[in-house]
Amino acid sequence: MIYLNGTPHDDPGEQTVAGLLRVLDLESDARGIAVAVDGEVVPRAGWSNFAIPDGARVEVLTAMQGG
Amino acid sequence: MADPARRQSATPENGHVSGVSADPLAAGVPPADLLTIAGRTLHSRLLLGTGGFASLELLAESIRASGSELVTVALRRVDPQAEGSLLDVLDREGVELLPNTAGCFTARDAVLTAKLAREAFATDWIKLEVIGDEDTLLPDAPELLKAAELLVDDGFVVLPYMTDDPVLARRLVDVGCAAVMPLGAPIGSGMGIRNPYNIGLIREAVDVPVVLDAGVGTASDATLAMELGCDAVMVASAVSRAQDPVAMATAMRYAVDAGRLARGAGRIPRRTYATASSPQAGMAEFSPTD
Repeated sequence: MIYLNGTPHDDPGEQTVAGLLRVLDLESDARGIAVAVDGEVVPRAGWSNFAIPDGARVEVLTAMQGG
Repeated sequence: MADPARRQSATPENGHVSGVSADPLAAGVPPADLLTIAGRTLHSRLLLGTGGFASLELLAESIRASGSELVTVALRRVDPQAEGSLLDVLDREGVELLPNTAGCFTARDAVLTAKLAREAFATDWIKLEVIGDEDTLLPDAPELLKAAELLVDDGFVVLPYMTDDPVLARRLVDVGCAAVMPLGAPIGSGMGIRNPYNIGLIREAVDVPVVLDAGVGTASDATLAMELGCDAVMVASAVSRAQDPVAMATAMRYAVDAGRLARGAGRIPRRTYATASSPQAGMAEFSPTD
């Protein structure tokens, strides 16, 4: 079980950032996206092989109207 | 339509200032009157927030009307249901993006958000907001200063949203901020500039650009900011929540130019009594004097 943008997510299947991005209909080359796992930035270069630990809080962020 | 020539920043390399003189709004503004923040040169002294617009189309029209070249965006969770791409709109309008850390209440969260923004948008510019109170959204000065120092050390170009405190402005510049963004009044309040004296003092206290941020409700507030010596004005709600955002964006553009020109022109001193502007000599006498 991990938390993807606050939502519990079972059986991630592929436990990498890239795998989780597909859950959100995002490709690994999607622009304007940043990912944090347990409060640390995961740089784009690490998306395909960064192993997401069980119980992790994964935040996938992008630009929204604001400010 | 967007005028790419106008959007393009003048640099020593390209010497590009054409487009400004062709712009009737800029007719009275010397083409050399450019704003430089951390080496980036801007024609427009109006920064626009993208929040609160009813649609991306309205945002795009308002950007065009405002003439702004630098617009802020927030960083939020991806919404798979979201329609249209904000980034595509900003690309099409040819504006630079200034991510903010809106919603952060601690230095730690603000620093992490800035790093995520750098990762997402490939910019090391950050409008730093660290909020200390949910009702007023006033900045938390100690956390702000801490976050600013950490981010400057990490190579960021930091533009901090701050209370209208000249001493805090100096502290933020001491740790390396590229500009300061004092508030006129709380975010979205439309209360204008509550303490114009402090804004003037901040202008005197620091040698980096001063960008009036928050509180602007209508065009005259933006003009006042520039008359007080601010180098630029940031507006968001005043435009996006106006009844006619595009008209208000146009008004803000004129207002900033007017204030800038007036500041440079040097206003007359305030006096209690009248000073006649017509000659006293040569008055006609219409009735016999005693």
